[in-house]
Amino acid sequence: MKNISHAIIGAVALAFGLVASAGAGTLEDVQARGELNCIVSTGLQGFAAPNDEGVWEGFDIDFCRATAAAVLGDANAIKAVTATGKTRFTKLNAGEGDVLWRNTTITFVRDVDVPLRFHGVNYYDGQGFMARKDLGVMSAAELDGASVCIQTGTTTELNLADYFRSNGMSYEAVTIEDNAEARENYQAGRCDVYTTDASGLAATRATFPDPDAHVILPEIISKEPLGPATRHGDDQWSDIVTWVLNATVTAEEKGVTSANVDDMMGSNDPEVLRLLGVEGNLGGMFGLNADWAYQIIKQVGNYGEIFERNIGVNTPIGLPRGLNALWTDGGLQYSPPFR
Amino acid sequence: MAAVPIESRSALSRLWNNQETRSLILQTVTLVVVLTLVGLVLRNVAINLEAIGKEFSFDFLNQPASYDITFSPFIEYSSRDTHLRAYAVGFQNTLLVAVCGIVAATVLGVTMGILRLSRNWLINRMVYVFLEFTRNVPVLLHILLVHGIIVTTLPPPRGAIDVGGTAFVSNRGFYVPAPVFEDGAGIVGLVLVAAIVAALLFRRWAKRVQVETGRIYPVFWICAAIIAGATALAFLLTGTPLAWEVPELKGFNFQGGMALKPEFLALWLALSYYTSCFIAEIVRAGILAVSHGQTEASFALGLRPNRTLQLVILPQALRIIVPPLVSQYLNLTKNSSLAIAIGYMDVVATIGGISLMQTGKEMETMIIVLGTYLVLSLIISAFMNWYNRSIRYKER
Repeated sequence: MKNISHAIIGAVALAFGLVASAGAGTLEDVQARGELNCIVSTGLQGFAAPNDEGVWEGFDIDFCRATAAAVLGDANAIKAVTATGKTRFTKLNAGEGDVLWRNTTITFVRDVDVPLRFHGVNYYDGQGFMARKDLGVMSAAELDGASVCIQTGTTTELNLADYFRSNGMSYEAVTIEDNAEARENYQAGRCDVYTTDASGLAATRATFPDPDAHVILPEIISKEPLGPATRHGDDQWSDIVTWVLNATVTAEEKGVTSANVDDMMGSNDPEVLRLLGVEGNLGGMFGLNADWAYQIIKQVGNYGEIFERNIGVNTPIGLPRGLNALWTDGGLQYSPPFR
Repeated sequence: MAAVPIESRSALSRLWNNQETRSLILQTVTLVVVLTLVGLVLRNVAINLEAIGKEFSFDFLNQPASYDITFSPFIEYSSRDTHLRAYAVGFQNTLLVAVCGIVAATVLGVTMGILRLSRNWLINRMVYVFLEFTRNVPVLLHILLVHGIIVTTLPPPRGAIDVGGTAFVSNRGFYVPAPVFEDGAGIVGLVLVAAIVAALLFRRWAKRVQVETGRIYPVFWICAAIIAGATALAFLLTGTPLAWEVPELKGFNFQGGMALKPEFLALWLALSYYTSCFIAEIVRAGILAVSHGQTEASFALGLRPNRTLQLVILPQALRIIVPPLVSQYLNLTKNSSLAIAIGYMDVVATIGGISLMQTGKEMETMIIVLGTYLVLSLIISAFMNWYNRSIRYKER
């Protein structure tokens, strides 16, 4: 019944819940509470999943921690509010979380009509397919007539419909509520292929007992820019989330890491000084301490550190930087300047 | 204690002490409180929607749904169709599993209820153990269990179990040949309808003869003979206008034929056997509630055991069985909303799931889903109430 009750939460929250105040105030609410509520996935290895001790870890969790470090000065003052693909926006808009860091694709309808505020891209992704090696499939173009397992409530099912339609192929969609169930169906052979964002495929494959028996097909059939989201109506809070992400990227670009951030306080680069709050008071402009970005980098790290620690090539997920390399390295990660 | 003069009491306390006006006052107050609460909820909805900048509108129903629903036995559907049509498909699937489930649960439940009364110790105990195990485990687990068994224990399509080269059993579904009607099939259909009408007329005539003369015909067998015989004759005379499309393994899956998908099968089986356990107990209770004296009396009149059951026991037991049976039918229908757990695209999974997610219209889609179950349940109740009236004691 959990799934259904989840789906209904939104409607009930709208009906009975206290208004998640529209005007400014999220920052005050979070600071008064002393804890940041982040809406995260129900469990995706490398992005957001509890570890052996039950502490949430991952790429999205680290960005949540970065936000907490900026706002509260303590990266550990977070609470992970889990949501399925279906319930995440409802929970955000109902005020159950302050910010959504949940490998969420930015789309027009979500931005304008759901409605949400998006704040940039923390992971450039695209939808791919995974199949068993012994099927002998080398390309997504050979998938005519296949059974495809998908997680419901995501952009994946729309991309899938469009891809097969535009290529004149047929398929059987097996639409499952959550990632774990969908994965089990794929492993049991109910489906020939499993589809989700390429990062999710890598993360999922890493949890298989036999990762080498599965192949990720070369085609990427969609653009999936994943990023954080907040509610409409609180510009100050929106700015904070936007610049928390930018701070991690700028820090990487300027070579500021969690290890050398204290030395960097004496850097010759004026932008580094502005970022770390040594010169001027950028943080004060949106109601934070001057050392907000220092806390992010000191406690969590820059973009590259967050990436490599959770999903990089040396982790079981093993994702290369690819599009997510800095623009200076041929990728797309690019932060507006701190001035 | 000195009596208080009537005039000294206030008008209000006079009203309060009068039984009729007091009940009127209480009812009015209750009504006002309830309406105020409803009003507050509606106001809260409006304020909350306003606060997050959402508009309350059902316009999204006319926009393309953009997602595929593979299981749709009767309605044509593609991803270019509207959300409204996706809802229709979901509704169709809910209705399908509910109707199939109710039929199977009734048959299984009545059988098990009667077996529970059997004097055969082994049968009796076996059914008892099955009932107790099944009805004391949540239905969601049964659904996942059946689906898990089908998906993990059956072979994939490439290693499907071949039943005589025409039917195939795999973890993607049970495939059987599909009938393809050729010229002349229409005539056979017409003959079938005519034969059913003739059988019904015969049944009515046989009943009249029985009332007038006491003569009893084997009505069931004669009706079956009329229907089967006439249809078979027409089928042969028109030159067997029926071909079979045999499923074939092409690429990843079987193509052609008819398929029973694991999702539908799991949901249908689990809901049926789970609900049938409750029905079995209701049937057993209903039969036990008819006094044993009734059986003895009809034996004394010379009625044989099956006639006794049919004419004396069941009509009295049904009065007791039907009202709780309705609740079980409603439960089964509502439990079908667990479908999404295994990926069966019912009304919750389509309009209340993917459409909700793609459009962000949680209020509107939830209203549609709630309304759908409400209407469906009311229709089932109305039908069963009608049936209940037709079988209750006729006071003459």
